Amino acid sequence: MPKDSGIGASPKRREDVRFLSGTGNYTDDINRPGQAYVHFLRSDVAHGRLNNVDTSAAAAMPGVVRIFTGADFEGVGGLPCGWQVTDRFGEPMQEPAHPVLAQGKVRHVGDPIAAVVAETPEQARDAAEAIEVDIEDLPAVVNMKAALADDATKVHDDLNSNLCYDWGFIEENRDAVDAAIKGAAHVTTLELVNQRMVANPMEPRVAVGEFDRGTGDYTLFTTSQNPHVIRLLMGAFVLGIPEHKLRVVAPDVGGGFGTKIFHYAEEAFCTFAAKAVNRPVKWTSSRSEAFMSDAHGRDHVTRIELALDKDNNFVAIRTNTLANMGAYLSTFAPSVPSYLHGTLMAGNYKTPNIYVNVRAVFTNTVPVDAYRGAGRPEATFQLERVIDKAARELNVDPIALRRQNFVTEFPYATPVAVEYDTGDYTATMDKLEEIADVAGFAERRKKSEQAGKLRGLGVNCYIEACGLAPSNLAGQLGARAGLYESATVRVNATGGLVVMTGSHSHGQGHETAFPQVVAEMIGLDESMVEVVHGDTATSPMGMGTYGSRSLAVGGSAIVRATEKIINKAKKIAAHLLEAAEADIELKDGAFSVAGTDKSVAWGDVTLAAYVPHNYPLDDIEPGLEETAFYDPANFTYPAGAYACEVEVDPETGKVTIERFSAADDFGNIVNPMIVSGQVHGGIGQGIGQALLEQCVYDDDGQLLSASYMDYAMPRADDVPFYSVDHSCGTPCTHNPLGVKGCGEAGAIGSPPAVVNAVIDALQSGGKAVDHIDMPMSPARVWAAMNA
Amino acid sequence: MYAFEFDRPATVAEAVAALAAEDAQALAGGQTLIPTLKQRLASPSRLVSLSGIADMKGVSTKDGVLTIGGGTSHARVAAEAEAYPALAAMAGRIGDPAVRNRGTIGGSLANNDPAADYPAAALASGATIVTDRREIAADDYFQGLFTTALEEGELITAVRFPVPQAANYQKFEQPASRFALTGVFVAQTADGVRVAVTGASEDGVFRWKDAEAALSEDFSEGAVKDLTIAPDSMIADLHGSKQYRAHLVKTMTVRAVRAAS
Repeated sequence: MPKDSGIGASPKRREDVRFLSGTGNYTDDINRPGQAYVHFLRSDVAHGRLNNVDTSAAAAMPGVVRIFTGADFEGVGGLPCGWQVTDRFGEPMQEPAHPVLAQGKVRHVGDPIAAVVAETPEQARDAAEAIEVDIEDLPAVVNMKAALADDATKVHDDLNSNLCYDWGFIEENRDAVDAAIKGAAHVTTLELVNQRMVANPMEPRVAVGEFDRGTGDYTLFTTSQNPHVIRLLMGAFVLGIPEHKLRVVAPDVGGGFGTKIFHYAEEAFCTFAAKAVNRPVKWTSSRSEAFMSDAHGRDHVTRIELALDKDNNFVAIRTNTLANMGAYLSTFAPSVPSYLHGTLMAGNYKTPNIYVNVRAVFTNTVPVDAYRGAGRPEATFQLERVIDKAARELNVDPIALRRQNFVTEFPYATPVAVEYDTGDYTATMDKLEEIADVAGFAERRKKSEQAGKLRGLGVNCYIEACGLAPSNLAGQLGARAGLYESATVRVNATGGLVVMTGSHSHGQGHETAFPQVVAEMIGLDESMVEVVHGDTATSPMGMGTYGSRSLAVGGSAIVRATEKIINKAKKIAAHLLEAAEADIELKDGAFSVAGTDKSVAWGDVTLAAYVPHNYPLDDIEPGLEETAFYDPANFTYPAGAYACEVEVDPETGKVTIERFSAADDFGNIVNPMIVSGQVHGGIGQGIGQALLEQCVYDDDGQLLSASYMDYAMPRADDVPFYSVDHSCGTPCTHNPLGVKGCGEAGAIGSPPAVVNAVIDALQSGGKAVDHIDMPMSPARVWAAMNA
Repeated sequence: MYAFEFDRPATVAEAVAALAAEDAQALAGGQTLIPTLKQRLASPSRLVSLSGIADMKGVSTKDGVLTIGGGTSHARVAAEAEAYPALAAMAGRIGDPAVRNRGTIGGSLANNDPAADYPAAALASGATIVTDRREIAADDYFQGLFTTALEEGELITAVRFPVPQAANYQKFEQPASRFALTGVFVAQTADGVRVAVTGASEDGVFRWKDAEAALSEDFSEGAVKDLTIAPDSMIADLHGSKQYRAHLVKTMTVRAVRAAS
């Protein structure tokens, strides 16, 4: 019987009322008295030396308040990188400076050269067009292989080369892996590209900086997934503002997908300029600017080898990847192709020998950083594609080959440094075969063939490490941050609760799901619990939302804080009931003395906490407010099995997705409707990557896919109705809710299923095609069929 | 966008007069022009909106000729051009509902985007472009990418389509913009078959004469299924090679003939 409230129920998302009725409060809705507007003059060349920036004519234009160039930021810190990777020789990565406005050189199309602050956005833009920039064009470094050539032009003159790092994981395993591959009965090799993506949240980035001359306090309103992180990075590393003088507010945020994790130049600029011109300064990104200034995602080129013994057991995996960093190191960029990627290379399989090599490369392109899944989709894609290819080469069923190699005993320590706590990969595969009706595929294929279409079935598994992360482990791996989460639970005198969380919702439904947890613990109606987030002035220091961590880490902090509340409330109740604390029970929002009919209501206890006339003041303080910080003991490891069925039109190469099924293990589920929605959205993005989206630069570093005329976003009619199931949950063993993360699973698990399905379809039509790079556009599929 | 003056005349004559101003620009549905202005890629001194000219709107049929006012929206053509179902169907698949409710036939033909749908329909149908000062046969009207026979300040007031015996338009969409990656309009008339191709050529909309000759002999899939078209002058871009577009020209032609016959 489904519950109608609390954990496991699916109340509708309370925040949707304001989002859907036009009463949300997004950063662009915020306008401060006396506000001026900034327009950034951005480089239209990929690589060039800035000989001169002449702002004199522009400064005389109507409405101009002040024009800033890189010279104004000499002595100001650059944008920091939050993760240091150590290379396989024990040396730190190469880490270039990243000035707020370009100094000396421009390094990608979109690199900001100057910033005009004016009375109106139009005046700022007019004046920006009047700035005279003398740029000496330099050869653009675009292709990663070419970037690593000895004679390659350097993106950063002061670095040794364009190599950020050459990372081996685990370096000590390298020789054993080489030997295992040499001695294997069969080795399948695949070269593939995980193409560059643009995140494209519906809400573009916005920043409003404000300075209070009276108090010396700064405020930044910004479109961020983690306002505390922005406060720390910008305050400590860029502008030198102590945290107690800087408030960062991220109000309603319209999608992030990773690209709103990072600290961006525009945020630092608006905060800096607000003091310099003594007025609030606002920037709203256009969609065109978003394409050339939001951190991009993916962009890996990989060669993977899978070695099997004579019985088709996996014996070794070796990968060599080139990962594009773009022109500068975005906030968490170095971690994505290294630790967020290499640690997942075991997938759902017990492969004893694994070695991952990644060379991260600087190019004259927009910086690349985490995008939904971040490293884990890249790992999953390689592994699940090479397994499918191996099955074909060995003429075995791809599902059977996977089942044969599943990890079946937990906990399981992989050869790539993580330990899976729980899982049941056989159960999710069983469930997948059921909901995808794998048994009925042959019949459906026959029908498609009768209609002149090729039909294919693609299956894959995935595992992800999410719920980032144990801070001590992250620190060992190079993180320059902790990865705990925080919560303050404030109980008001009349019994209502406010949960102030360091997590930040940018579409995930926290305002609905978190109250379900708290209401269940106390036995109250969810409407008595309100969630407050996104403001460093109200929430305790938290690390924000990314890496599918909010419920597993942030939710756990809320549980801990609520436990403290309950413990204190029991003390108060014991006093009011003149009973021993150990005898007090909390049920359905009332405290009672075990074995008696004596009880006191929740509201009476909370009122006593704030009107402490009859109160144990000798033992406890008045008030009812508790804070907890939760640092997880391990990642959580959601896993699942996905199936995609496609039809391919052999005349045009057009791929149509006919069915898509997902069986996920997310552990315990708080709100099944929200979880399904997260999976739907993730699969939609995965299908977008598999079939449609690609960010393309030409050889000169010009962005060819710079608008929706050429960057193909998935539309509703590009995706099918999904069949999703999350009934195979194996609860996480180390967080109090037993939950895993669900935000990225769909995007991680779906691209290989789509590609596997298309290859299966083409093979069924007698085409000897064993790989097509994403996006599998009609032109690419047709070309592969007619190669 | 940059600042401009704005006129909304009520008659063709007033519009033509307003367009005589230096750097004046006619504004039809604005589905290309407005984004261009927002990108600051154009800076007209004066925009002359055609949306207030009642005489330029409407769909009518007389003596086997369908006449569409130059200011008629795609949505209206889709709904009202029953006399020419292939044309109505084509109009109903332009862009999305917002585009179809704002965009006009005159605007589309005047812009002559190499991937637009209407140029293929007009050229295949042997339409006549009626302007404020003359009539232009479709064969003389289209002169390459974004280039037409229109003079400075000349307005398309109506387009006349002789209704063919059979016709069909097949569009293969570019995945991002959903403009035609290649679109083929086939029209069979008493005088023979005309095949017009949009989206594919570096020279804009064109007639595929080999297919026309073959289909005029024998209006069947078999007549065109073994034809090929040279890829040399086809467009190559992110979304398809020259060879792919050449292949699509044939494939869409076959499909259009199949659907029309």
